[in-house]
Amino acid sequence: MNDPDTKHVREETITLDAGEMRCESTDPSEQQLDPSCARAPVGLLAELTHRCPLQCPYCSNPLELERVNTELDTEQWQKVMRQAAQLGILQVHLSGGEPTARRDLVDIVRTASEVGLYTNLITAAVLLKREQLVELKEAGLDHVQISIQNTDANAENADRVGGYKGGSEKKKIVAGWVHELGLPLTINAPIHRYNVKDVEAIIDYAVSLGADRVEIAHVQYYAWALRNRASLMPTREAFMESAKIVERKREELKGVIVIDAVVPDYYAKYPKPCMGGWGRGIINVTPSGRVLPCHAAESIKGLEFDNVKDKPLGEIWLYGQAFQKYRGTDWMKEPCRTCPRREIDYGGCRCQAFALTGDAANTDPACSLSPLHDEWAKVAEIESHETAPDFIYRRPGGAARKPASTKTPAESDA
Amino acid sequence: MGEAGPRIRTIISGESRPTMPRHIKLRHDAGRGRWLILAPERVFDPDDIAVEVLKLCDGVRAVSDIADVLAKEYNAPSDEIATDIIAMLQDLADKGVVKS
Repeated sequence: MNDPDTKHVREETITLDAGEMRCESTDPSEQQLDPSCARAPVGLLAELTHRCPLQCPYCSNPLELERVNTELDTEQWQKVMRQAAQLGILQVHLSGGEPTARRDLVDIVRTASEVGLYTNLITAAVLLKREQLVELKEAGLDHVQISIQNTDANAENADRVGGYKGGSEKKKIVAGWVHELGLPLTINAPIHRYNVKDVEAIIDYAVSLGADRVEIAHVQYYAWALRNRASLMPTREAFMESAKIVERKREELKGVIVIDAVVPDYYAKYPKPCMGGWGRGIINVTPSGRVLPCHAAESIKGLEFDNVKDKPLGEIWLYGQAFQKYRGTDWMKEPCRTCPRREIDYGGCRCQAFALTGDAANTDPACSLSPLHDEWAKVAEIESHETAPDFIYRRPGGAARKPASTKTPAESDA
Repeated sequence: MGEAGPRIRTIISGESRPTMPRHIKLRHDAGRGRWLILAPERVFDPDDIAVEVLKLCDGVRAVSDIADVLAKEYNAPSDEIATDIIAMLQDLADKGVVKS
């Protein structure tokens, strides 16, 4: 008690955004109470549906979107929530697609809240009605995260990126309701070449919307974002400038708003500890009930995914083939195997390693120790300085289509 | 935290009456045998002293009252304890975990 510098509270971060999650879960070796629970993930990412009115070209959903008729029903999701709490999961992130496209969202939130999960709604907000928000709050919703594409002053730019006319205006209205109802609000802003210069304005806009937290989340280049990389990648100079702004705003707005930043790993020194380590901190359930170690894991060939319809969540987490395959450090090859950072970044992202090297056990090319690193980093340098191709908007079957026009497209019927 | 009004930094002093906003949950995690603070996309890992302080943060007690309670319990000078917990609570206020 005598040392004023004593840190009594250690912080652990779990950031979910357009492709990255970091999580420091508890050290399993220090707890003997319940071995399965001590090894439990902290967070459940529940992708309730892949339906979404927006068509953002950096969507982290897979290119093959799951259809509405394969979605879990209300009771099945409620069962997932109960099993999650039992397993020792603390937080559930209700995501999609657009989770408010599900009519039973309130029922799912109520169950999650009843079993003691911290509930976080990750929404594009354009479908939300005020009375729905009231119902969600009454059902026990703890937190709302609204994604934005830009500020209201740049609504045209924002709506073009989201592929949804009037989206920016609607988000502003919903953010106002969230604030009025006393629900805590996070604003999530994926950053790319069309808004990288607006980072300061976006942070100030988040403050004006009443947000307690803002995520300046540089796009992570997987799935749809990888398909659109040449359209989205900012230049290194623009990225560095945005990073400086974040640092300055953090000081300026200390105690007013928490600013979290996610770096594009093409411009980072070390790879990110993707998912805080495979099968370690986060578990992901897709709309149809498939259980994944990360939301892009289906892109890796040779993994087998169990479904909550067939097995309990805890059993899948502990023993599922996909989870066991890259859990811990035993699977690593050189240079990861003997690297002093192997339990800091876990060799980076398995999906990126697979996409670029054909073997998910290789070092993520985002790491400077990867033999592919220089060649890979050059891609960003080149693409970011070239004329941006048109977006390939996120739509069912859209990945195979020709690029859409740069005008705001008509509303998706998804 | 939902309340209207100017967005200014909360400064913690001996007179502050801190409390945790509704969306911040101090919860005992039986499976892991420890206390946790649940916040949006964050989990905080408080030590025994932090847990004791936060349980006393009810919006009624002043920081100096909390220091007095702990001073008796730990048989330590109240002003030293106050210095320690003000630093801790200021850090938590900047992270949105307590308000005053």
